[in-house]
Amino acid sequence: MKRSGFWFVAPFLVLYVAFLVVPMLVGLGASVTDQGITGHAKFVGGANYLELFRDPAVWSSLWHTLIFTVTSTPAIVLVGLGMALLANRAVPERWLYRLAFFAPYLLPVSVVVLIWNWLYQPGFGLINDLLTRLGLGEVGWLSTDGMAMTSIVITTVWWTAGFGFLLYLAALQEIPRQLYEASALDGATPLQQLRRITMPLLSRTHQLVIVLQILASLKVFDQIYLLSGQGGIPGVRSIVQYIYESGFTRFRVGYASAISYVFFALIAVIALVHFRLTAEKR
Amino acid sequence: MDRRTFILAGTALATAACSGPAGLAYWDLFSGGDGSRMMDMVGAIGTRLDAVTLAWGTPYYTKLAMAAAGGRAPDLAILHLSRLPGFAPMGLLDPFDDDLLAAHGLTQDRFPPAVWNRARSDGRTYAVPLDTHPLVLFYNTELCGKAGLLENGRLRPIRGPEQLLAAFDKAGLALAAARDVNPWRLFWTLYRQQNGQGLLDDAKALTALRLLGKIGATTRFTDNNAAVALFGSGQAGFFWNGEWELPTFQTQHTPFDVAPFPQVYDRPAVHADSHAFVLPHQRSRDPQLTAQTISAVAELIGQSLTWARGGHIPAYQPVAASQAYLKLLPQANYRSAAAEVELDPPVWFAGAASDLQSAAGATIGAVLGGTKSPEVALGELKATLVRLRNTPKPA
Repeated sequence: MKRSGFWFVAPFLVLYVAFLVVPMLVGLGASVTDQGITGHAKFVGGANYLELFRDPAVWSSLWHTLIFTVTSTPAIVLVGLGMALLANRAVPERWLYRLAFFAPYLLPVSVVVLIWNWLYQPGFGLINDLLTRLGLGEVGWLSTDGMAMTSIVITTVWWTAGFGFLLYLAALQEIPRQLYEASALDGATPLQQLRRITMPLLSRTHQLVIVLQILASLKVFDQIYLLSGQGGIPGVRSIVQYIYESGFTRFRVGYASAISYVFFALIAVIALVHFRLTAEKR
Repeated sequence: MDRRTFILAGTALATAACSGPAGLAYWDLFSGGDGSRMMDMVGAIGTRLDAVTLAWGTPYYTKLAMAAAGGRAPDLAILHLSRLPGFAPMGLLDPFDDDLLAAHGLTQDRFPPAVWNRARSDGRTYAVPLDTHPLVLFYNTELCGKAGLLENGRLRPIRGPEQLLAAFDKAGLALAAARDVNPWRLFWTLYRQQNGQGLLDDAKALTALRLLGKIGATTRFTDNNAAVALFGSGQAGFFWNGEWELPTFQTQHTPFDVAPFPQVYDRPAVHADSHAFVLPHQRSRDPQLTAQTISAVAELIGQSLTWARGGHIPAYQPVAASQAYLKLLPQANYRSAAAEVELDPPVWFAGAASDLQSAAGATIGAVLGGTKSPEVALGELKATLVRLRNTPKPA
């Protein structure tokens, strides 16, 4: 009985071990060596870990990642919730709104970046063109360090808000209609219904969306890497991008592994804290 | 494109992808005019090369290194010689057989010594240089004529920092320096003209930075596209950049000529790099294919005159000394620069699109832009160098 169960999960286990557990252990092993991309690695003990705590680029890229996370997460959650509330109303052609709100999420990152890169262009870009037509000055969306992070957050919200939207929409449809009807008979205004019925019943979804979004935002790489172009923008490099650069353009695989492990520990702590908080409430 | 041509093009692409005997795999990083001239050269030789062009800079070098680390790299590739110290000692390149090179006439005496020395590592030859591409001084013949800077139609030699600043002041300089590697190139030129050794002689570095600060204060400091446009449309008398911009001004019919980088300090020297052919590391190298590859290199080098039209100085002396090249103007006007080239310092963290170039470039660019004093920049530059030097060299 127990044995047959094992054989049923074996195909999954094999893939899980081969593509997750083994690479993680190999990475951990590499993080204590001076592994490059060729040749034989030498054991260096904790040297990589010592170096990374003194490396200003680690701290600055970690800082950018945190800034990105604390600005993009609330925006994405709120926009997703707002869109879900709108699309849940009884309006004609509701499917069209739902499709329109969700569609950007289906686009691959390269397409998203292509679209926004054109929008942000100085001179002929749609946004700057509009600003100059309105008599306002141009904004260096991607060329000034101060604006670049804002531009990346805007792009990310547009692209990924559809994910939260979908979860919220599903949760909204789970709420029994009778609750609204009964409260309406008692004279509740729509605003009161939102505050007293919808929001409390969405609390589980809030938690889910927020934690998934925080984890996704911490791992940000592709849209920043692609939007900053050839030379990169120093003010927006994320920690994952720094890991990539250390390993693949500076060929320091051991050092890159060490940074990954510190970052992994950080994410694990955040996930654990969340788990504790939600477990107590239940 | 209508639907029929679209479908036809699609089928053509599909058949091309799966037909014919494969040629030698060749990777380069040339786009624009250089890209089409390279394709002309590839098309003109007898050996069949399947060329792949990747994006210039970090993306190219990352992909080349990864392919070589996996041992299944292309048969032939382009590498900036300044990147050789980061590639050859790590086993990412396979050495050339000197006898085979000699059999095709590719010997030391036929290349400038400054470039050939950098093609070697640990006593073996790892690269065959195609060109040298130094910084040069473009000048607008009309504007400089009016400013009285010409002599018999050519730029009167500029000697020393005062003459340089005076000339720029009279005719105007367009300079590409924002978020670019140009500041590093200018700095290295001025540093090596004082015979500055190693990384880094404080006094000489400071002299170079102070001059760059003065140049920045009196010139039109812009990004590269704007600088090219300024000079191309006759709004600046001088333009300081690599010779690779030459075809742009020819197409725009700008009245211009080119001079070697002026000697400002003790000795002539100019930052340059060199595109070279290399054999990326393959785990099992087929001797017959390697022999074919070397003969393809010899054939491509033989086409150097086509390459020179893009502004680059041929490294292969039989072409560089040929009448056909000497008649190629304005290219031949700065050919003397080939003897004065200074590549990046031979350390693993330097070279085209390297950490050193981008980090130092940002600091020196701020001096040119007037937002950082030379003294502060020197401190930053030294901190960068200490950081890079302390970074363990990857195994």
